[in-house]
Amino acid sequence: MREDFAANLVSGLLEARTGQQLTRDRHWRIETALAGLMREQGIENADQLARRLLQPGQEALAEAVVEALLNNETYFFRDRPLFDQLSQKILPALAARRGDTRRLAIWSAGCSTGQEALSLAMIFAEQRMRWAGWTIEIVATDVSRSAIASARKGAYSQFQVQRGLGVQQMLTCFEEAREGWRVDPALHRAVRFEVHNVLDPAPRPGRFDLVLCRNVLLYFDSTTRGRALDRIGDALADDGFLMLGGGESPAAHSNRFVTCRANTNFFQHAPSRAATAPGKDSIPIRPSLSANSLKSNLSTFR
Amino acid sequence: MKTCLIVDDSRVIRKVSRHMVEAIGLAVEEAANGQEALDACAQAMPDVILLDWNMPVMSGIEFITRLRASPGGEAPKVVFCTTENDAAHIREAVQAGANEYVMKPFDHETLQIKLQLVGAA
Ligand SMILES: C[S@@+](CC[C@H](N)C(=O)[O-])C[C@H]1O[C@@H](n2cnc3c(N)ncnc32)[C@H](O)[C@@H]1O
Repeated sequence: MREDFAANLVSGLLEARTGQQLTRDRHWRIETALAGLMREQGIENADQLARRLLQPGQEALAEAVVEALLNNETYFFRDRPLFDQLSQKILPALAARRGDTRRLAIWSAGCSTGQEALSLAMIFAEQRMRWAGWTIEIVATDVSRSAIASARKGAYSQFQVQRGLGVQQMLTCFEEAREGWRVDPALHRAVRFEVHNVLDPAPRPGRFDLVLCRNVLLYFDSTTRGRALDRIGDALADDGFLMLGGGESPAAHSNRFVTCRANTNFFQHAPSRAATAPGKDSIPIRPSLSANSLKSNLSTFR
Repeated sequence: MKTCLIVDDSRVIRKVSRHMVEAIGLAVEEAANGQEALDACAQAMPDVILLDWNMPVMSGIEFITRLRASPGGEAPKVVFCTTENDAAHIREAVQAGANEYVMKPFDHETLQIKLQLVGAA
């Protein structure tokens, strides 16, 4: 009975702060996920945890509980073929559409510790010639304070830095430091990291040409996915692109988006809203990031 | 089918690696030390070599230096494996002619990405 109460309290906290549901059949996860925190805090069982959480002034504990339940799994260029599509088809399409203003705003929603947004920054650095004279604004947000704090540090463990990156890319874009591998300051400066809930109105500048929301929606129930997609839809430029994680689709949760014809992992506003139909482009996709060009191009952001 | 030579003095690690590499779709040969590996390469150059950097008989760097100097030895892509404490070796290995590296212990996904990066998967 008590255990149940604690589980409900904890999953209620999680849902209130992040929109994520821990359904009853997954309550068992709570104990595993919170074991470390409870040990650290000298809390012996779920009952004690619930009592502590109900006392006034336990904000820090409540936050730590929520943080411990979030899955921050991420790595550089996750689903590399998608990043190849992004760099070779989507970005050129955006370049053509924004040729007049030469500005792009990109939002990585649910960025975890920053690898996704930094992968974007690396692509722009590698394509420096194409983007010369452009203003590229990359905003990366996550509901997790600790993930954003870590992203702002820009230091990655050896395990993190080798995940998804080629060795040349790693040696070019990172420097070994006492606290781990430190990302090149110019790349780091290219991204603005903020604490933000994707269920709230979008962060500044409020309108984005490209939104990445990858491996985040899967933690929500269908209604909440629809709400998140509404927020993203409100913030996405009429002719902008949405990039979800490999295998993710908005179809069952929102009718605001359609698959781009030529690029099935990218989405655009459904036709009633979009000013123009998605363009067909036939540039072949091939692996794009060469470390040598990257090295000379890091100065894009300097 | 592409071929992968797994070079590691630990039989357990060779077995685990073989399992992953085969699941990724490559044919696997094994060598327990650098000399065995050079002999195997002289017989038939593999497409990719998964190389333990800290082997007792012949070090990773000695192996790769001798491999690259041998006829046809520039062809195989070499992915070397190190532990967390080997960060300093990474530059050294790349300079010696390694193409990619993976940190031990690695999982299927991490290894697959590295093999994709060298064009072997
Ligand atoms: C599995 S990670 C995915 C990270 C990255 N996008 C990727 O694909 O590699 C999911 C992230 O979503 C964040 N998240 C969960 N609920 C969120 C919400 N309501 N608003 C913003 N971020 C959220 C988590 O904190 C976590 O860092």
